[in-house]
Amino acid sequence: METLQIHQDAPRRAGGEKPSAITGVVASGNLEVLLERVLPGARCEVNVRTPIGGFDAVWRAVVADFIERQSPGGLRISVNDGGARPDTVSLRLAQGVRLMEATE
Amino acid sequence: MSDWQTQKQERQTRLEAGGRFAQGKLVASTDTRALLEAVIRPDDRVCLEGDNQKQADHLAEALAQADTARLHGLHIVQSGVVLPAHLDLFARGIASRLDFSYSGPQSGAIARALYSGKIQLGAIHTYIELFARYFMDLTPHVALIAAVSADRDGNLYTGPNTEDTPTIVEATAFKSGIVVAQVNEIVDRVPRVDIPGDRVDYVIQAPRPFFVEPLFTRDPAQVTDTQILMGMMALRGIYAPYGVRRLNHGIGFGTAAIELLLPTYGESLGLKGKVATHWALNPHPTLIPAIESGWVQQIHCFGSEVGMDGYMRARPDIFFTGADGSLRSNRAFCQLAGLYACDMFIGSTLQIDLQGNSSTVTPERIPGFGGAPNMGADAHGRRHPSDSWLKAGREGSDTPPAMTRGRKLVVQLLETFGDKNAPTFVEELASVRFAEKMKLDLVPVMIYGDDVTHVVTEEGIANLLLCRTPEEREQAIRGVAGFTDVGRARDRKQVEALRQRGVVQRAEDLGINPLDANRHLLAARSVRDLVGWSGGLYRPPGKFRNW
Repeated sequence: METLQIHQDAPRRAGGEKPSAITGVVASGNLEVLLERVLPGARCEVNVRTPIGGFDAVWRAVVADFIERQSPGGLRISVNDGGARPDTVSLRLAQGVRLMEATE
Repeated sequence: MSDWQTQKQERQTRLEAGGRFAQGKLVASTDTRALLEAVIRPDDRVCLEGDNQKQADHLAEALAQADTARLHGLHIVQSGVVLPAHLDLFARGIASRLDFSYSGPQSGAIARALYSGKIQLGAIHTYIELFARYFMDLTPHVALIAAVSADRDGNLYTGPNTEDTPTIVEATAFKSGIVVAQVNEIVDRVPRVDIPGDRVDYVIQAPRPFFVEPLFTRDPAQVTDTQILMGMMALRGIYAPYGVRRLNHGIGFGTAAIELLLPTYGESLGLKGKVATHWALNPHPTLIPAIESGWVQQIHCFGSEVGMDGYMRARPDIFFTGADGSLRSNRAFCQLAGLYACDMFIGSTLQIDLQGNSSTVTPERIPGFGGAPNMGADAHGRRHPSDSWLKAGREGSDTPPAMTRGRKLVVQLLETFGDKNAPTFVEELASVRFAEKMKLDLVPVMIYGDDVTHVVTEEGIANLLLCRTPEEREQAIRGVAGFTDVGRARDRKQVEALRQRGVVQRAEDLGINPLDANRHLLAARSVRDLVGWSGGLYRPPGKFRNW
């Protein structure tokens, strides 16, 4: 199991007030994403656990792009990967941010 | 003095040689090999009917067992090279030259036979291109075809899988060739006459029904959220603004997702009756919910699909059917419909390059092209207007409006990573290497970039019509190439500028909430759901029955 931690400031704080959300499942080609609103300001932290090594550069690119486009400021995001392709990762991350926007 | 009758005389000689094995037109299946050795000559051009789906498998196996002293050097001219027996012909030297369209399951074996020198490759064609050559320079001397039933006069009933048969027979029978048919049964009276008996020389009742490959069944259970997202973008970003009513869909899961989104997401966009009403399409089971929801007015089919016969028989308002009630398909006419009467082709590919050229050929696999180069090409002979055709033409041209011709929408729908995480976006197509290795005069390209109008991926839509320079085109393509090397090497500023102009559109630009990209949005989530939509009329083959 490889782990990867990425810290990056987002353009803005994520919308909504939901304290946490979870989306996806750990299955082959899929992934589980847990989002927690625990960080100050626009700080963002993404922790990735993946069974497949050697794709650090792609993960970093996917996460950087996600933070720039979806602006998940204030969120700590934990990714439990099941060998998902980058497109699936992007989609799940985007879905996670939208889930956090829901009002409680 | 010229003798103008040599072909007729040759035909007569062969008929006499074959007649020893026939009673009238009927030949016993135990004599098939002997008959073929009698009526075929070395170096003949032979069409051994292998369509996209229907296979003259009994005749193929008999020919593959022929005595190589009698039969060798044949030139095989057929659309589909699908059966192991087709390759055996080349392995044994019975055949040496090949012109074809599609190989599907034999794509790896064909590549190996090419490298070992067993096959001399003429060309990989699109279907109607090969059919056209049947009437020009590749006319078969002998056609070996397949039908459901025959009467004793040789009248043939092909059933729903008529496919290529009328075209092959037309070219062979009217040019003094020999036509041999394998049928599932001999009957007193055929349900309808698909091929008139005076074009058929010999009829053999095969020991078992001919093989039909279920090629077009996509299990909704395997459609992914990413494909649903892409389908939503295509509906919102292409079907809706262009108002595409007449179209063809490829066979991938992306287009299957779109078919399953029509009655749900399409309905919510208010598109019913405004898009996707007339189709040139194989009978895709995944279109059943849209048909049942009243979206579809008419479908003409290239071939049939296993399990769909009863459903189509019950829906003659939608499908083309014969006096007997069953589907009449015809690949040549349906490909013509795709060329001249469709406003859009949307389908997937294995690889696409920086200018939008695409190919499915790699040095390891040569699956051929089938109908895609035809569907996915703008017909320069088209002279009838439609709103979507004119809109595409205006977007793609700077000529004075009065003389602007239309354009067919040619949409490539692909995920940025394919099988085994191989990137689908590449700097150079693998078929370029293949052409070098094989010393081909022409690189096998399925769809040329200058015909492609849109590229849709999970990252967005690139509208190539709106690009004005090769540089813009390249950046638009990179701009939807996701996290492939090609995508990551984009010029971010230029892509952002293209996005401001609407050349590149993201899901959020199209008002799509990624949370909606979810399997709950599919009108059917399993093959069983499709059976339910059809009221039990669709009878899927065993391998799709998982309940």
